[in-house]
Amino acid sequence: MTDTFLLDDQTVPFTPGQTVMQAALAAGHHIPHLCYHPEFHPHGSCKLCTVKVNGRNATGCTVPAQTGLKVENDIEELRTLRQALVQMLFAEGNHFCPSCEISGNCQLQALGYDLGVMSAGFRHFFPRRPVDASHPDILLDFNRCILCELCVRASREVDGKDVFAFSGRGIHKHLIVNAATGRLADTQATAGDKAMHVCPVGAILHKRVGFAVPIGERRYDKTPISAQALAFAPRPAVGEGGEA
Amino acid sequence: MSTDLSELVIGACARHGNRPAALLQVLLEVQAELRHIPPEAARRVAECLGQPLSRVLGVAGFYAFLSTTPRGHYHVLFSDNITDRMLGNMDLLARLCEKLWVERGRLSSDGLVSVDTTSCTGMCDQGPALLINGLAIPGVTPERLNLIAELILARLPLESWPRELFVIQDHIRRKDMLLNHDLAPGDALRASLARVCEPGSPVEAAANERSWREGIPTGALCATLGTLEEIKRANLRGRGGAGFTTGMKWEACRNAPGPDRYVVCNADEGEPGTFKDRVLLSVHADLVFEGMTVAGYVIGARQGFLYLRGEYRYLLEPLRAVLARRRAAGLLGRGILGQTGFDFEIDIHLGAGAYVCGEESALIESLEGKRGIPRNRPPYPVTHGYLQRPTVVNNVETFCAAALIARHGGDWYRRVGTDRSAGTKLLSVSGDCARPGIYEYPFGTTVRQVLADCGAENTQAVQISGPSGVCIAAGEFDRRIAFEDLPTAGAFTVFDQGRDMFEVARNYSHFFAHESCGFCTPCRVGTTLLRDTLDKIAAGHGTRHDLAEIDRLNRVLRMGSHCGLGHTACNPTLDTLKRFPQAYERRLKAMDFVPAFDLDGALAPARRMTGRDDAAAHLATEARE
Amino acid sequence: MNAPARPRVRLATTSLAGCFGCHMSLLDIDERLFALLDRVEFDRTPLTDIKACGPCDIGLVEGGASNAENVEVLREFRRQCRILIALGACAVNGGLPAQRNHLDLEDCLTQVYLTGPGMQNGRIPDDPELPLVLDKVYPLHEIVRVDYFIPGCPPSADAIWAFLTQLLAGQEPVLGHGLIAYD
Ligand SMILES: Cc1cc2nc3c(=O)[nH]c(=O)nc-3n(C[C@H](O)[C@H](O)[C@H](O)COP(=O)(O)O)c2cc1C
Ligand code: SF4
Ligand code: SF4
Ligand code: FES
Repeated sequence: MTDTFLLDDQTVPFTPGQTVMQAALAAGHHIPHLCYHPEFHPHGSCKLCTVKVNGRNATGCTVPAQTGLKVENDIEELRTLRQALVQMLFAEGNHFCPSCEISGNCQLQALGYDLGVMSAGFRHFFPRRPVDASHPDILLDFNRCILCELCVRASREVDGKDVFAFSGRGIHKHLIVNAATGRLADTQATAGDKAMHVCPVGAILHKRVGFAVPIGERRYDKTPISAQALAFAPRPAVGEGGEA
Repeated sequence: MSTDLSELVIGACARHGNRPAALLQVLLEVQAELRHIPPEAARRVAECLGQPLSRVLGVAGFYAFLSTTPRGHYHVLFSDNITDRMLGNMDLLARLCEKLWVERGRLSSDGLVSVDTTSCTGMCDQGPALLINGLAIPGVTPERLNLIAELILARLPLESWPRELFVIQDHIRRKDMLLNHDLAPGDALRASLARVCEPGSPVEAAANERSWREGIPTGALCATLGTLEEIKRANLRGRGGAGFTTGMKWEACRNAPGPDRYVVCNADEGEPGTFKDRVLLSVHADLVFEGMTVAGYVIGARQGFLYLRGEYRYLLEPLRAVLARRRAAGLLGRGILGQTGFDFEIDIHLGAGAYVCGEESALIESLEGKRGIPRNRPPYPVTHGYLQRPTVVNNVETFCAAALIARHGGDWYRRVGTDRSAGTKLLSVSGDCARPGIYEYPFGTTVRQVLADCGAENTQAVQISGPSGVCIAAGEFDRRIAFEDLPTAGAFTVFDQGRDMFEVARNYSHFFAHESCGFCTPCRVGTTLLRDTLDKIAAGHGTRHDLAEIDRLNRVLRMGSHCGLGHTACNPTLDTLKRFPQAYERRLKAMDFVPAFDLDGALAPARRMTGRDDAAAHLATEARE
Repeated sequence: MNAPARPRVRLATTSLAGCFGCHMSLLDIDERLFALLDRVEFDRTPLTDIKACGPCDIGLVEGGASNAENVEVLREFRRQCRILIALGACAVNGGLPAQRNHLDLEDCLTQVYLTGPGMQNGRIPDDPELPLVLDKVYPLHEIVRVDYFIPGCPPSADAIWAFLTQLLAGQEPVLGHGLIAYD
């Protein structure tokens, strides 16, 4: 007999050691997420994956799956929470989708579509965050960074380079790079780094590839992100590129 | 690069064994010496500790007491708790800036001085308070402020300033079993070591079984397990806020697998309005260390840490002296009290201005020299704490109580208090009362009793346990200080009828926005949105729409936040909104919506540039809706 | 809202700091426009000559607020329209024009009119007839209460159509996958 738990009304099998998120995705059920990535340890910071586990709020990406858990995911209360979180991320940064290269492949945007988010709702912060175009192959647009820490983790754990880190705290928390000049060009970053292929939004861009696939025909233009659960299912960590 | 700077960094790193975990301590030393962390110093620190520069800058950017840009030779930080506000700290700040020709938050052009505010410094019973180069000065009167300004202008080194400026009062007003204790250093330890198993007791059975399994003499096990049993029998619960049962925590840590264990004393005391740990560390440091050592004995740890908040920097040397004395007396170090194998050391780590580091897992991160971000739990510190090893984290007061219990036994302890809340609680009383200070009460004491004892009159509200606790109004003063009614980490802040409870909530909202670590979305963005909403209401732009917004923010923060900071950040606003709605309503506009910003002000830059001031160059507030 | 076929619903539209792209998209609903005209009559819009907005059921506003005149018009719409809809990316979050928000307005004006290349004896226009520029471009919901948002740059004709027909049918409008777009 396999171990199972209940996700809304579905029975979900899991292997011991899996999180609720991993088991759900592997079974084809989508739980919204931004800082989760199938090849990395869970981070638990974006809170999009908040679910009710036996009635208590918890992040699906960090909660270990256990036999008999009752997990609520697709309920109005959580939808409202997730909408607000997406709105907060939009309000906090500068997200002008019409001029973003990654539009259509962006997970933040895709979740916004999926959750029916029609506006940022909150006051826009309009922070001033200059872009870093110093690197020959990579453009860093901090305006779109949602602080998921995936690039930080990838650079440390896979590339062994520590190209990225966070500084500041609270609303002033921000991404920095490992160079006295503060410029990406002066770090060890290269376009082939894992860190350059994990950003869920358009903050880390590869130069000269922008519009290879036209707008309107991109990943989440065609299919809602919630119908792509299997693409995020757990897989062994690999040390090379390829988006989530 | 100057050899000075190089020597400073190399020396600081070497003193800490060049361990990466010492990063924060090293940066604090650099900051103290240079008043900031220049790029070159950051680079050198990174090199010495073998860390990426980005990590060094990340840590430097997290803690309020570290700065990568120059600060004044004299750096003055006014404590900005609501109690400091009530005592006029903002006027004093403005006056000082004026006298020193400096703008708040800016460095004076000659680099002599910088002036700003900081979160509550734990001197609420003797405010308004400030920190100068990290050292506390309480009771800042206009006269004392003048003196401070003169000393700064005369460029007199801090060492030569009049000592009386730095004298901190204890203000112990009511003593009970803890503050009246009769323990000499070592008493609790001797009692623990001497503990024998009652023949036929469950403890003896457990000791026998363990002895057989672990190859430790039954006697030694009787002593440790017996002491643990007393802590459990006392039903001691944590005094840091969450109220977890201490015996269970120690037992879980003792039973967790792993080669090393750690004992950590949480002296971060960042909750605005709390200062009892400061007094315990000033007056009963031996008892604190004794409690930690008992914990070390029970769980089998060899190393303890006292995490001392940066605001209490002035206590560092006295505390180190106490540790030295205890070492000399055989109460610390190897073979404590002559018992082979009982080895325990205590180090003191300084915090650097971050309330969130009081959260136990963030505190552990900080101990490891990192940014103070709360970890994902499970696993909990008792199994995966400091360096991922089993770790017990307890509050200062909890360790004191543990020492008493180790000496006198659990039954002795639990005869005081209520059924579900054994023993006593120290309250840090401040605000509108005649006798602010430390009051120790048996659990079960009513708020009304405390108010009477501290000389509070015409009390409108009491903030229990600080902004993360609850605000209660006059009709609730018969409620009791106890885990089953009003649990508290100790803050007891009194507001009389003259106080504007909206401003109280607004002050606390600024505190949370400033102290959010920024890890999780709801708290990072939500605390700032809440602060801005209250500022908007304060500026006269508030409407009903904003009250709905507060409600929405609360839901998001409560449901989604990663740690207690975010969960409780809306409490003061909701509590005051519920109990004192008129404090909000009289500020609201009758309209259903008003922008959060000054619309007319948004035209000011264009007016300046065009020199226009005609009617069309202005936007009035709308009259209706 | 309750929308029996008759009396017809009054609808006003305007463009603030926008590019009329959203209006073009509205016209793009093609032959469905006739169906729409069956149900609504237009008040102030760039398609009619009406200069001041009268009492309306629905107001569609394209573009963010970039200057004093935008604010006045927006307020007029809010006063007159029972339901105010922010139409398109610029109305929703400031859009392209808001990319000036990270620049300092005074620096901007100085550069453009005073110190820019070929700008001897430059002068910042100060004619009282010209609306003054706001320090930032603001999304509509930061200036007035907004009831609904239709994102997109521009929102597709299908999205606008779907939204309006649901609204006119008295339903809470929902745009599903493919109709919500931020780009
Ligand atoms: C934001 C936050 C701040 C905290 N600050 C403190 C503190 O300053 N001192 C403290 O003892 N506990 C504090 N705590 C509680 C600790 O996480 C932990 O529960 C406590 O130190 C355990 O000790 P105890 O069981 O003896 O109370 C804080 C918790 C949170 C969420
Ligand atoms: S740059 Fe991208 S991957 Fe890195 S923290 Fe920001 S959003 Fe995440
Ligand atoms: S709730 Fe606030 S303080 Fe706690 S982890 Fe989240 S951002 Fe940090
Ligand atoms: S995906 Fe779980 S918190 Fe981000």
